Amino acid sequence: MDAVWNAVGKLYGEYGASRTGLSLIDYDVERRFLVARTTHTAVEMVRTALASITRIGNKPVAVHVLAVSGTIKALYKKIKP
Amino acid sequence: MRRTYADLHLCPNLASAEQVLRMVNKASKLGYRLIAITFPPNFAEADAKGLQNACKQAKMDLAVRVDLKPRTPDELLRALRRFRRKFEIIAVMCESKDVARQAAKDRRVDLLNFSSFDLRRRFFDLAEAELASNGLASLEIDMKPLLALEGSSRIRLLSSLRRETAIAEAFGVSIVVSSGVSDELLMRRPLEQAALASLFDLGQTAALDAVSRNPMSIVKMNREKLSPRFVAPGIRIVRRGKDC
Repeated sequence: MDAVWNAVGKLYGEYGASRTGLSLIDYDVERRFLVARTTHTAVEMVRTALASITRIGNKPVAVHVLAVSGTIKALYKKIKP
Repeated sequence: MRRTYADLHLCPNLASAEQVLRMVNKASKLGYRLIAITFPPNFAEADAKGLQNACKQAKMDLAVRVDLKPRTPDELLRALRRFRRKFEIIAVMCESKDVARQAAKDRRVDLLNFSSFDLRRRFFDLAEAELASNGLASLEIDMKPLLALEGSSRIRLLSSLRRETAIAEAFGVSIVVSSGVSDELLMRRPLEQAALASLFDLGQTAALDAVSRNPMSIVKMNREKLSPRFVAPGIRIVRRGKDC
């Protein structure tokens, strides 16, 4: 989640980051996915910030948005394997 | 209507078939339906055919692209004469103002690409946009530098892109957003590419068009022109025979 905060902070600054209302809901290491909550007005900002992440620590990575939903229940329905 | 997405600028190392396949499969997984891979001007058509078959297996359409880097306008004209009928997409990497102007007004050029690392070589100004609006060339913006650069250099690039996209929109020059990557870790989903385009104030609809409608229409138009049935814009051979 630090990487996400850093990316949002780099692109939009502290003011912009404060408007995203980002928080961690779930993180599954095995399936390599993370569920984060954000305000609906900041979805595109967060999507942009996630797309701009190219490394975490020294490791090159790519972060993709699998699904966006208004409720957590509907989100899990969308991303179920 | 559901959009179909295209990435017109993938630059895998063609010597490594494995890497090319990985990138094709990743593009398919990310939701693209058409990709263009940059080939060297003297490529063997058999290689492209092999790659086209691999793309078909990944349910992907492949367009063959060449990046021209002429030093003078004359060199550009010679290259266009030689390669226009060989490639589906012709992009010109404009490294001088003269070349940029010639490329913008030549109707055989599909994409105008400018250096993202040396901002003094970005020649997309009002005059360039006016020439491009009378021709068929689109402004291509690669996302790779936005991901690779950091700090002040990214800020300067964003500022430059913001000015150029505003000029392009004012003159009705279409914008194509491509990845320009040679590494699959830098590939992004079409919606993510469009979201990145919001960094230089491209509106949401325009950004989505830049990864779907605009690149698709370039490939469609060029395929029609390269078809043996093509006579002139709007005229094509429908049937051959004695009764015609």
